[in-house]
Amino acid sequence: MPGGIWVYAEQKDGKLKKVTLELLSAARKIADEQKEELCAVLAGRDVAGLAGTLGEYGADKVYLLQSDALENYTTDGYTSAVTALVREHQPSVFLLGYTVLGRDLAAHVAQRLDTGLFTDCVDVRLEDGQLVFKRPIYAGKAFFEGVCPEARPVMATVRPNVLPVNPPQAGRTAQVIEVSPQPGSIRQIIRDVVRQVSTRPELTEADIIVSGGRGMKGPENFRLLEELADVLGAAVGASRAAVDAGWAPHSMQVGQTGKTVSPTLYIACGISGAIQHLAGMGSSKYIVAINKDPEANIFKVADYGIVGDLFEVVPLLIQEFKKLKEQG
Amino acid sequence: MNIVVMLKQTFDTEARITLDEKGKINREGVSLIINPYDEFAVEEGLRVKEKSKGEVTVVSVGEAQVQEALRQALAMGADKAILVSPGGMEVDEYVTATILARVIGSLQYDLILAGWRAIDDGSAQVAARVAEILGLPMVNMVTRLEVGEGSVLATREIEGGNEVVEVPLPAVVTAQKGLNEPRYPTMRGIMQAKKKPMQKMTLQDLGLDAGQVVPKVRAVKYYLPPPRKPGRIIPGEAAEAASALVRALREEAKII
Repeated sequence: MPGGIWVYAEQKDGKLKKVTLELLSAARKIADEQKEELCAVLAGRDVAGLAGTLGEYGADKVYLLQSDALENYTTDGYTSAVTALVREHQPSVFLLGYTVLGRDLAAHVAQRLDTGLFTDCVDVRLEDGQLVFKRPIYAGKAFFEGVCPEARPVMATVRPNVLPVNPPQAGRTAQVIEVSPQPGSIRQIIRDVVRQVSTRPELTEADIIVSGGRGMKGPENFRLLEELADVLGAAVGASRAAVDAGWAPHSMQVGQTGKTVSPTLYIACGISGAIQHLAGMGSSKYIVAINKDPEANIFKVADYGIVGDLFEVVPLLIQEFKKLKEQG
Repeated sequence: MNIVVMLKQTFDTEARITLDEKGKINREGVSLIINPYDEFAVEEGLRVKEKSKGEVTVVSVGEAQVQEALRQALAMGADKAILVSPGGMEVDEYVTATILARVIGSLQYDLILAGWRAIDDGSAQVAARVAEILGLPMVNMVTRLEVGEGSVLATREIEGGNEVVEVPLPAVVTAQKGLNEPRYPTMRGIMQAKKKPMQKMTLQDLGLDAGQVVPKVRAVKYYLPPPRKPGRIIPGEAAEAASALVRALREEAKII
């Protein structure tokens, strides 16, 4: 039996990333169709406790790579440890999340294994016995579908927040296989880690995003969007115009030269809707636009639009959502 | 300090994408730019060079029109350019990296810079693959770079924060937005760029035979996303509209 369908189980601070569950659900289907086993690779320090969850979400086996050297992600350490494991078991498919960690690890591992890698996929399906990978290109202005005919494993990173998660099966367990990792010599020395303390969700994983553009008029006004975001449990984003003006950090930028997001609800405040912005958020399930200019491009993609002054509308929305929350 | 910058020419960010009659991305009449992330890499290369002696070489894989992008990097202040033509062959990230690593391997270098991704295919793979082929350490998505004696200290973006990573030279570093503000070429720079060396190479020149440049992945099709269904403008005064919007999100869309 070939080495199976593999998923990289990304965790941060001892918690599995949501995209890991999305990957397991997609991979479970492929594993069943191909009659292969579904294996998760779990790496870090003191992460064994997460293996149970991986089993409940569909993993048959969990390869557990635990070591002090893997406490923090380093390109060299993780690439060497994961590559060694893949070489030993030779899976046919290896999926990772399209995250800061996932895309760095995937690219290095793919090259060491001399194989192909599809980045930022939004769909993976089996067609005539071959996996077809769908990915947006030009930041969503077009789509590409491709195959990796020969090299194995075929690798892909998958965009968070796009694929559905199957409900967990209580009591389902995975066989846990402890592997002593071979991180090799690690050339990246981490000198410092600065975490921004935020109670808001990660932009690329958020279900709701409240985003501001040039119409915000200044950095101080993003407070208003933060307030709306906190009522909704949302993340805050910004357009390139707002970032270039210095009103918001680049880590908040949504668009072709920023992050690509697919939330359930995207609320665009004072954003005109330049092509490069639409490219980054056009796959949102619902788009709400608030803009003074009735001709603004953003209204062409918005499901609901309000033509009006955001400084008047947003506070009213905050009130309305608060009311709704109180009603439960 | 000799620096190599890997550069890709891409469509302008405002370009509209259409398909040609073969169902591929239509390149006709689209204005082309240096991939914005690679432009940060060029700028950073120039800043490092200005502090230490050495040269900045820009390299790219592509057809003749890429010379325009390379010429712009030369006008910004890079010293020489190398363009490898794949001769109309299909390339993927694996092939591009194989070619770039072959070119760079023949140069003197201490630091290799590139954008962390290109805005067209957004694969974010080529720099990592080049680092692996050349056996070099890499730091991805860097927003601040300090070059020291024999090593660099790079601040990189991670989820929910930043980390500072030290790697020994030679190394590959990829640029994230925020690293710097790229300069505009001066008139003098543009004039000088015309006289700077632009070396054009083929795969044969690099000693690569057809068997070494076989793509790992193959495109099956390209298509455009379906247009979004037109939505509706919620009428009324601000208060009325706000309350109608919340109601619509709750009752129609059922997402709140």
